Amino acid sequence: MNEKLTERRIFTVSEITQDIKIILENSFAEVWVEGEVSNFSAQPSGHFYFSLKDQLSVLDAAMFSRANRDLKFKIENGLKIICFGKISNYGPRSKYNLIVEKIEPKGIGSLQLALEQLKQKLEKEGLFAPEHKRPIPYLPAKIAIVTSLQGAAIKDILKVVDRRFSEVEIIINSVQVQGEGAKDEIAWAIADLNSFNETLAPREHIDVMIVGRGGGSIEDLWAFNEEIVARAIYQSKIPVISAVGHERDWTIADLVADLRAPTPSVAAELVVPKKEDLKEKLEDLSLGIKRAVLEILKTSKVLLENTQKKISLLNPVTLIQQHKIRSDDLGKQIYMRTLHFVRLRETEFRATIEKLSSLSPLGILSRGYSITFKIPDGLIIKDSKMIKTGDRIKTKLHKGEIFSQVTEVKQNG
Amino acid sequence: MAEIKFEEALKKLEKIVDDLEGGELTLDEALKKYQEGIELSRLCGQRLDNAKKKIDLLMKNKKGELELKPIDETKVEE
Repeated sequence: MNEKLTERRIFTVSEITQDIKIILENSFAEVWVEGEVSNFSAQPSGHFYFSLKDQLSVLDAAMFSRANRDLKFKIENGLKIICFGKISNYGPRSKYNLIVEKIEPKGIGSLQLALEQLKQKLEKEGLFAPEHKRPIPYLPAKIAIVTSLQGAAIKDILKVVDRRFSEVEIIINSVQVQGEGAKDEIAWAIADLNSFNETLAPREHIDVMIVGRGGGSIEDLWAFNEEIVARAIYQSKIPVISAVGHERDWTIADLVADLRAPTPSVAAELVVPKKEDLKEKLEDLSLGIKRAVLEILKTSKVLLENTQKKISLLNPVTLIQQHKIRSDDLGKQIYMRTLHFVRLRETEFRATIEKLSSLSPLGILSRGYSITFKIPDGLIIKDSKMIKTGDRIKTKLHKGEIFSQVTEVKQNG
Repeated sequence: MAEIKFEEALKKLEKIVDDLEGGELTLDEALKKYQEGIELSRLCGQRLDNAKKKIDLLMKNKKGELELKPIDETKVEE
């Protein structure tokens, strides 16, 4: 024993790590490994990181972008694959992993397959039917939360509630959200909340329920893929918002829930509005009220003015005034028409006078003719037979008269 | 008025605006609604400023009955 002790070789951590690295990497420089993919993540850089697992063990694996560029199918959790690559040791973390060069699919992974089968079964039963989904109330006053009191989800939710309008009552039903028994606890918690709700007065009813947990591996989230949880959500009379893990995680609970929130924080944001938004809404509403009332007042005023106008038109004084205006108007018209008529007649009269004066015998006299009257009877002498010698006659000229005595009468001429 | 839920108050306000905008109200009715609406919006504003949350835990007591136990929020934050 003593000899052995003196011979013992003491490694430094780095030395032994180096030796392990050499042994590991030399022994497994080209290996084929079969397993089921879990915790798959594709980095923005293009590298894939995932775990390969079977019933007993887990092997972390990495596939760099240059290797996965030509991959024909999508790597998904639950997928059974055969990988070719080498084992690589990472000393600083005492870790080893498989650097994958090639991947071949191997059927569908059993977990994923089971999930697909359950999905199909529940879908056939109508658990995912859109018509079964209930509306989520806009401003719930009472919110129930089914999650772990120790988890990240409840903290995230309460943080959001604090940040926002927080006139809410929150009822937490704390449950295990992963591991053995989680599925039953979650399902019972949902049922318990529903039966508790029955004991409350209608005004006190729970408005909405958030069921979920924070992010984790697909195994961590598995309880939310269980049939018993799906059925509990489906049977819940309280509308359910699922909030499981992160945006990319879709569970069966999400499919059954009335609304799926990508994360617990978002679930809280969906049911608890921002204080500022509510304030704005309030302001809009009271502005709306004021505007509407002003409009009504304006309309009433116009109506009043119109009525006043109508009344004043029906006022007898106004009527008399109107009649007076009308009669004045008529009088004016009569005057104008008469005047016109008179002027017309006057013109006609003048024309006639002119005509008359051109026909007057006096007019003829001015041209040299004369008229001879018998004296004293004043008859106009048109025939010499009317006269005998010695008669007195008067001759009217254009200007003046001549008195004469007839000295001779000739019968013809 | 004090026990009205915030959501109900908001719905009532919306209804009042609709009614007023509908223009079917008499002037007296409109003014009454106006008063009610302004009062409601004042109340809602107060509620917004003084909002308090309440957190309970749903638990089973010894008899197996469900009951609410108030919870200290700091416990959640731990």
